[in-house]
Amino acid sequence: MKPFGAIWRPPRWAVRTAPPVLVFMAMLAAWEAYVQLRHVPAYILPSPSLVLETLVTDSGTLFPALLVTLKTTLGALAAAVLGGVGLAVLFAQWKWVERSFLPFAIVLQVTPIIAIAPLLLIYLEAPSAVLVCAFLVAFFPILSNTALGLASADRNLIDLFKLYRATRWQTLIYLRLPAALPYFLGGLRIGGGLALIGAIAAELAAGNAGKGAGLAFRIAEAGYRLNIPRMFAALTLISVAGIAIFAALSVLSAALLGRWHESAAGPER
Amino acid sequence: MVLDSSCGRAIDIALPWPAWAWPAALDAYDAAMMVELVTKPLVSLRDAGKIYKNGTVALAGLDLDVREGEFLTLLGPSGCGKSTILRLIAGLDSVSSGTLTRGLARDRASIGFVFQDPTLMPWASVFDNVFLGLRLQGISRRDAAPVVNEVLALVGLGAEATAFPRELSGGMCMRVSIARALVLHPPLLLMDEPFAALDEITRFKLNDDLLTLHGELATTIVFVTHSVYESVYLSHRIAVMAARPGRIIEEIAISAPSPRAKNFRTSTAYANFCAQASLALQGAMDEVLK
Repeated sequence: MKPFGAIWRPPRWAVRTAPPVLVFMAMLAAWEAYVQLRHVPAYILPSPSLVLETLVTDSGTLFPALLVTLKTTLGALAAAVLGGVGLAVLFAQWKWVERSFLPFAIVLQVTPIIAIAPLLLIYLEAPSAVLVCAFLVAFFPILSNTALGLASADRNLIDLFKLYRATRWQTLIYLRLPAALPYFLGGLRIGGGLALIGAIAAELAAGNAGKGAGLAFRIAEAGYRLNIPRMFAALTLISVAGIAIFAALSVLSAALLGRWHESAAGPER
Repeated sequence: MVLDSSCGRAIDIALPWPAWAWPAALDAYDAAMMVELVTKPLVSLRDAGKIYKNGTVALAGLDLDVREGEFLTLLGPSGCGKSTILRLIAGLDSVSSGTLTRGLARDRASIGFVFQDPTLMPWASVFDNVFLGLRLQGISRRDAAPVVNEVLALVGLGAEATAFPRELSGGMCMRVSIARALVLHPPLLLMDEPFAALDEITRFKLNDDLLTLHGELATTIVFVTHSVYESVYLSHRIAVMAARPGRIIEEIAISAPSPRAKNFRTSTAYANFCAQASLALQGAMDEVLK
């Protein structure tokens, strides 16, 4: 039983989520009010309610496109994880591999993907080219973060493993990989968002229609037809997909680091 | 065969007095000198020097024997090469000149190391941290469990096996670190200022626990510290070091009985040993200032 006069406190999750939700709702309300009161035509700025309505009415076009974009994004992210972590492990095991391959990885990172996409479209089928573009964008943060993590294992622990005559692979599995996990997960969260951006950019460059068309193509197509509400609806889906990817990776990060890493554990000790 | 009280081991020796006179005779005889007479060195450094790549002369002309069963403390100011000696003994570094010989098998389990920080794997539970040495030997978790749990109980952490390091206090983390070193039952344990970052009360408790473990396990310990009081309380022998270059300027035998009496910290003998070690340390500092 609560003592008499005890002040009611909202639950912690409500305190954490309420501010951004309230700000978002206020922005939507202001947007809706502006469009309705000023009678802004839908081809200039559709109201949020019209965007929502379009999402429902055009769902037959938009959701299959979302599925295509998500497939590309997640496929590219999976390839980036395999490639990035694999190469980072090789970098950590043999310095000559790092010296040989790192410059090429940097070249791929600093070259804008929008400039590479047209070239890839010449050599590859459109879906493969889009996948490779998204992979190239997502790959580098995972590679560089994981390589940094693998090299950041505690010096004393490395000495301890030497003292115990641990093999190179034992040191990798029991020391370097767990030590690199927080770094890898940081890179994964960046890579997840970038894979979506890479997929969208490559889809715009590819511009392929039909069943294999992604959300970016639907945006471009709607733009040509001045169907601005559909453009906003597609953009909303992209944003929601990006947020969902980030949230899923944050949950994964919290699950893997929860009990031991300062970034994920609570303030209590 | 008699029991050497200073290291708690059975040793073979022809005594210069009858057995019935043993306790009185031991009082009259310096216990630390007994260790010197009857035990062979586990590690020997002869005219050893260490020069780092940047030209820093860490050690020069160092002669040191670590004798089986003893508790040896290296006492000296910062930068005098105490930790370097531990790294040389552990085989993590090599001497630049002179020789280092080990009377130890060169295997995974021959040397335990406790660092200044607990140096635990934060992603692993207390059990898994202690299990590390056995895991690297290819021993399964099931086979290792009794040994790991026994060592955890020995350091008073039997109930914390599933906890993670961030959930423990500094003193508890250091106990885990000691348990990790002890789980392989190494004949030689190297400890690099393990209690330096702990508060005085925790340090006193861990000092007592360490002496108990030393008595029970009969492991040879080389301990590094800045603290005169700690060195006198723990050791059979103190090697006082001077810096630039690092070398031993005096060895002090602490001939007080082991295990330490409860009132040892407040005894006149303790104060006298502390005064002797302090004077030697002052000498070491004067050498640096010359």
